[in-house]
Amino acid sequence: MSLDVGKIKEDFPVLQRNINGKPLIYLDSANTSQKPASVMDAMEDYYRKFNANVHRGSYQLANEATAILEGARDNVRSFINANSRKEVVFTKNATEAMNLISNTWGRENLSSGDAIVLTELEHHANIVPWQMLAAEKGFEIRWIKIDDNGHLDLSDFDQLIDGAKLLSFAAMSNVLGTFTPVQGLTERAHELGLVVHADASQYTPHSDTDVQALGIDFLTFTGHKLLGPMGIGVLWGKENLLDSMPPFLGGGEMILNVTKEGFSTNELPWKFEAGTPMVAEAAGLGAAIDYLSNIGMNEIRNHEIELTDYALGKLTSEFGETISIFGPKDANERGGVISFTFDGAHPHDISQVLDEENICIRAGHHCAKPLMQVLNVGATSRVSMYLYNDESDIDALVAGLHKVRNLFIP
Amino acid sequence: MSSLDDLYKEIILDHYRSPRNQGELAPPAHRCEGFNALCGDEIIVYVSLIDEKVEDIKIGGQGCSISQASASMMTEIIKGKSVTEAEEIIHAFKEMMDIYESELSGKEAENSTSAIDLGDLEALQGVVKYPVRIKCATLAWNTLTQSIDEIQGLDN
Repeated sequence: MSLDVGKIKEDFPVLQRNINGKPLIYLDSANTSQKPASVMDAMEDYYRKFNANVHRGSYQLANEATAILEGARDNVRSFINANSRKEVVFTKNATEAMNLISNTWGRENLSSGDAIVLTELEHHANIVPWQMLAAEKGFEIRWIKIDDNGHLDLSDFDQLIDGAKLLSFAAMSNVLGTFTPVQGLTERAHELGLVVHADASQYTPHSDTDVQALGIDFLTFTGHKLLGPMGIGVLWGKENLLDSMPPFLGGGEMILNVTKEGFSTNELPWKFEAGTPMVAEAAGLGAAIDYLSNIGMNEIRNHEIELTDYALGKLTSEFGETISIFGPKDANERGGVISFTFDGAHPHDISQVLDEENICIRAGHHCAKPLMQVLNVGATSRVSMYLYNDESDIDALVAGLHKVRNLFIP
Repeated sequence: MSSLDDLYKEIILDHYRSPRNQGELAPPAHRCEGFNALCGDEIIVYVSLIDEKVEDIKIGGQGCSISQASASMMTEIIKGKSVTEAEEIIHAFKEMMDIYESELSGKEAENSTSAIDLGDLEALQGVVKYPVRIKCATLAWNTLTQSIDEIQGLDN
């Protein structure tokens, strides 16, 4: 293993927890990641030493609080290699970031007769906001299908994007782990004049993210999946696009001036940040990015390839025909997310039995019901890994799955 | 006995592996779908009511052992009962599944107001210890309730 996982585990207080004398085996990081102590320290530090409202006070405390918020923005900017801090907008989560795009760019640019293109891999957060707007505006939603290995089927890609205004897709699937070819899709879509959004909620925590190299127009992700706290997400957008968009929520902070007659909007990024922001969460996110950057995103990615390869091999050799693993077979083409079904045991029951061993995995539709329909399953079990997992976690999972098999398959 | 054995009693696993009354009923039998938003499970209850009596009942869809076993046992106890009897059984089952009720009354069914014998269904009592799974156990029952309401609504 390229990472010293034993040492990394020590940085995560919750991973020290024993329940009923058994250690915690956390394999649900695609759902939410655990947090290192440094993230919690940064958040506590903010409230203990610096709490004041930002951009409003003229005293030192308020200046320090503002510096924490804006410092976190600079952290995010460099983490995703954005051109400018003006392009980094804090939201509540990735879902809100996507709703922001649909409600501002979408509302301004999409109308009856238009089309947008999504993929069958999408999380509900990149489906429902568009369906809500489509119901109102009457534009068409087209879908890029997936093939049997969980890759996008691009055979009719040109046809699908022809005449469409937006291409919006997950850079990594939260169910299958598939990495989608962001650069290739974006280049072609740009040739045909589409605006491109990548939902990077699963991608950014696990892979070096360079928005300029990816070439997209919008990128969204959430803090809590990349070791940060819940309650903060990021919308990145090209400055000229963000500039052209109307504001999202109205209120304090997002205005330059307000009169009885109307208002003018603040400059970027604050134009999209109405109300008192989540400063402690921003401090936590900044600390999370520092933690990840210290270890190195490429190192993390390599670790996950090794571990995913180990897990895929182990699950296949131990359970053979009785396990169906969805998505790409090659660990190099996927993130550390493995969805599967098990003959004779429902995902919900699998989680329940594993829980008895303190093994946390997700069961269900993973907020991707259209994908479940395509896979022709009601639900799957999903194991997802991060930098604090190693082979011992996978071995515990395999032992737990043997217990499942013994219980349900007589 | 480990708590898992308490949840996955042999009778439950038996109904899961060999569900009773699985399938469909053709119209005019009533068809009603129920969803468990948490896990994506889906159940379809087909009911044929003749002269206020559950002449036949079938279950379609898919779900976990708890939801499937509960549905299977439900069909066995409900089939052939009058609507009034069915409603009493539904009530008794829901009372057993109600975490607050069962906490208040202890685990003993004797405290229950209804004197209905739930038979095999009593095996599902272990589910109450797993609040997340109560929805699994009650999915078929809520769908049946909706079914009866819809049928009676149609008659009015």
